[in-house]
Amino acid sequence: MSSTDEPSLYAKREPVFPRKVSGKFRTLKWWIMAVTLGIYYLTPWIRWDRGPVLPDQAVLIDMANRRFFFFWIEIWPHEFYFIAGLLIMAGLGLFLFTSALGRVWCGYTCPQTVWTDLFVLTERWIEGDRNARVRLWKQKWNAEKIRKRLQKYVVWLLIGLATGGAWIFYFADAPTLLQNLVTGQAHPIAYTTMAILTFTTVFMGGIAREQVCIYACPWPRIQAAMMDEDTITIGYREWRGEPRGRGKARDGLGDCIDCNACVNVCPMGIDIRDGQQLECITCGLCIDACDDMMEKVGKPRGLIDYFTLRDEEVERAGGKAKDIWRHIFRPRTMLYTALWSAVGLGLVVALFVRSEIDLTVRPERNPLFDQMSDGSVRNTYELRIRNMTGEDRPFRITISGDPMLFLQIEGSPYETVDIGTDEMLIQRVYVTAPAGSEPADDARTDFRIWVEDLESNERTHEDTHFNGLESR
Amino acid sequence: MSEKKDYNGVETTGHEWDGIEELNNPLPRWWVWVFYATIIWGIGYTIAYPAWPGIKSSTAGLLGYSTRANVAEDIADVNAQNAALRTELAGADLAALVDNRDSEVYSYAVNGGRAVFAANCSQCHGSGADGVAPANGYPNLRDDAWLWGGTVEDIAFTVAHGIRNEQSLDARWSEMPAFGDILPEEEVEQVVQYVLSLSGNETDAALAEAGAEVFDLNCSSCHGVEGMGDTFQGAPNLTDAIWLYGGDEDSVTETVMNSRFGVMPAWSDDYRVGAGLTQDEVNAVAVYVHQLGGGQ
Repeated sequence: MSSTDEPSLYAKREPVFPRKVSGKFRTLKWWIMAVTLGIYYLTPWIRWDRGPVLPDQAVLIDMANRRFFFFWIEIWPHEFYFIAGLLIMAGLGLFLFTSALGRVWCGYTCPQTVWTDLFVLTERWIEGDRNARVRLWKQKWNAEKIRKRLQKYVVWLLIGLATGGAWIFYFADAPTLLQNLVTGQAHPIAYTTMAILTFTTVFMGGIAREQVCIYACPWPRIQAAMMDEDTITIGYREWRGEPRGRGKARDGLGDCIDCNACVNVCPMGIDIRDGQQLECITCGLCIDACDDMMEKVGKPRGLIDYFTLRDEEVERAGGKAKDIWRHIFRPRTMLYTALWSAVGLGLVVALFVRSEIDLTVRPERNPLFDQMSDGSVRNTYELRIRNMTGEDRPFRITISGDPMLFLQIEGSPYETVDIGTDEMLIQRVYVTAPAGSEPADDARTDFRIWVEDLESNERTHEDTHFNGLESR
Repeated sequence: MSEKKDYNGVETTGHEWDGIEELNNPLPRWWVWVFYATIIWGIGYTIAYPAWPGIKSSTAGLLGYSTRANVAEDIADVNAQNAALRTELAGADLAALVDNRDSEVYSYAVNGGRAVFAANCSQCHGSGADGVAPANGYPNLRDDAWLWGGTVEDIAFTVAHGIRNEQSLDARWSEMPAFGDILPEEEVEQVVQYVLSLSGNETDAALAEAGAEVFDLNCSSCHGVEGMGDTFQGAPNLTDAIWLYGGDEDSVTETVMNSRFGVMPAWSDDYRVGAGLTQDEVNAVAVYVHQLGGGQ
C-alpha cells in the first residue's frame, strides 16, 4: 500500500436497522425478554411477611440498616460471603454456558441485548420496519420525521424512566417510595438515580446499542478463552451455500440466494457469511431469517445454523455432525458444572447451619490486664452480639475453660443482657482471676465465651484468652 | 518493520510477534469525540477548581472550592449539633448521669471524654489509662484503688483542680514528710517491715512488731491505725496489692526515707486560662475515667 491511500484512523458508525423476523429463536427471545423484564420490574412489588419490625418487601437491599432481604433469607453485612459466593456462581455459570453454548448470554439474556431488543421493537412500532426506517433516516427533516422521532424518544424516555424507577424500588419500600416519588417527597438521591438510569437506558438501548457490545464490553474478549471446537456457535454452511447468487437459474450456484435476509435482521450489523466475528452475539435471528427464505425457495433449512467448529470440519468432509448434546456434555462443561454445584451446595449448607446469634470478641490489649487492690487480675473484653432471631430476646453470657476465671458484665450484676431484634449490642465484660490463682499468675490461659439465647437455647461461642501477671 | 498486509479490507500495522500480526482497525469516530470531550472537561476543571501549582500555593479556581474550608465547616456543624449536649453535660449532676447509661448525654460524655483523655491525659496515664508502666508513680485509672476517691464527682474534682499544684487553691494536696530526716535508720527499717507485712508479704517478724509502734506514732494519723489509708487526705491504702511507686522493700524504704511528690496540673480553664478544659470537657473525661472499670 502506498502512503497516499492510508486508511482513516477513525471509522464512521454504520447505522444498523434490524428487520422484523419470526422463527423459533425469535420466539424464544421474546419469551426470555418477557420473563427477564418481568422479574426486573415486578420483583420489588412482591411482599413477604417478616413480622412487625422487619420490612415486608420480599427482595430489599436495605442500605440504611445494612441488610439484604431475599424472601426467607436475611443477609447481614458480616455474611457478605453469601454475596461473594453468588457472584462466584454467576461467574462459573457464565463459564459453563459459554463453553457449552457460546455467547448465549450475549444473545439472549444480557440486559444490553434485552433492552436493545425492546427499544428496537418500539422503534419499529413508531417508525415502521427496516425499509421505512432507512427511508426516514435518509430523508430531510420535515413534519413527519420530527413527529416520529419525537414520538420515539418520548416512548424511549418512558421506558428508561420505568427502568430507573424499578431499580430504586429495590433499595426502599416500593409502595411508599412510589407514593413519595409521585408527590415529590422522595429523597433527591432517588430522583438523581432515576434520572441517571433513565439517561443510560435510553443511551445504551436506544442510541449506542451494538457499539456497547463491540467497544465497551470486556466479556466478548474474555469469552474466547472459554470456547473451543465443541462450543456451539453460529455458522454459515458455505460449502453448501457457495457460490452464492440470485436468480432462478441455479446452475453452478450454491443454496445461498444472496437475499441478504441474514444481514438485514442482524442487530449487530454484520454478515454472518463472512465467518465467525467478534461482533456476533449468537442471537440466532439470522438462522430464523435464512430458514424462512430456504423454506420459501424450497431448499432444506439450516444453511445458517448453530453448530460447532468440529462439526464444520466433519460436514465439509462429507460426514454427519454429532448430536448437539454430545457436544455439550464434555469434560470441560462437566468440570464447570461440578464447580458451580460445589459452590452452590456450600452456600446452601452454610445458609442452613448459620447461627442466629453472632458473637465477636475483642480482647482489650491496652493494657493487657489490670491488677486490682485485692491482688486479683482482671482482663477486659468487648463483645459484639448480634440478635438475628427476629425477636427481642434475653441472652446469657457465660465462660468456660478454667474454674478460676469469673465473668462480670460491665455495669450489671446479672449474667444476662437483653438485645432487641435485628440489633447488635456492644457489651464490655470483665474476666477476673483471684490473687494467686493459676490464670492470675500465668502468662496466658485459654478460655471460651458463650452466648446463649435463653428462649431457643441456641448458643454460640468464641475462643479467646486471659492474660495473667506473667504476660507483662 | 515488516510489510503491511491487507486482510478483508483491514490492513495490518506491520507489527508481528511470532507470526501474530496486529490489525489496524480504525477507532469508532464517536470514540475520538469522547476523547476531545474529556480534554475540554479537563480544561474546564482546572479553571473551576484549584489545580495549577504555584510557588507557595495554587490557583484557587472559580468555584472557590477548598477542602480546608470544608473541614472547618464540618467541624463547626458538628459543634453546633453538639452545643445543646455540651451545655447539658456542663451542668449535669454527674452521679445521676453515670446511673443513666442509656442517655444521649452519657454516651456523648464517654466518647467525648475518650478524645479529651487521649489529647490531655494519656501522656502520663497512658493511652490505655493504666499508668504506662507499673509502679512509676502515675496511677492506673482502671483499677479499684483511688487516692482521692473514685466516685465520678471525686474524679471530676481531681481533674479540675489537679494535685499539688500552685494553679488552683483547691488542688488536692497531701505531703508526706521525708522520714529519713526524722526517724533513726533502724526505725525506718522496722516500719518498712511492718508496712510490708500489712499486705501479706513475708517479713522479719521481730522488726515488723517493733515497726508497728513506729507506725502508730508517725504514720497512722494519715494512713489510719490499720494502714487502710484516707481518701480525704490522699493517703494511700497500704494493705492492698497496689503500689504507686513499687511494693518491694527497696521502693518502700525509698518512699519512707525521702517521700514522694507526684503532681498533676489543674485542668479546668478556670485555673489554666486558655490552656485548660471547659466544664463539659472536665465532666466528660471524669465520666470516661469513671467507666473504665474502677469507678465507685
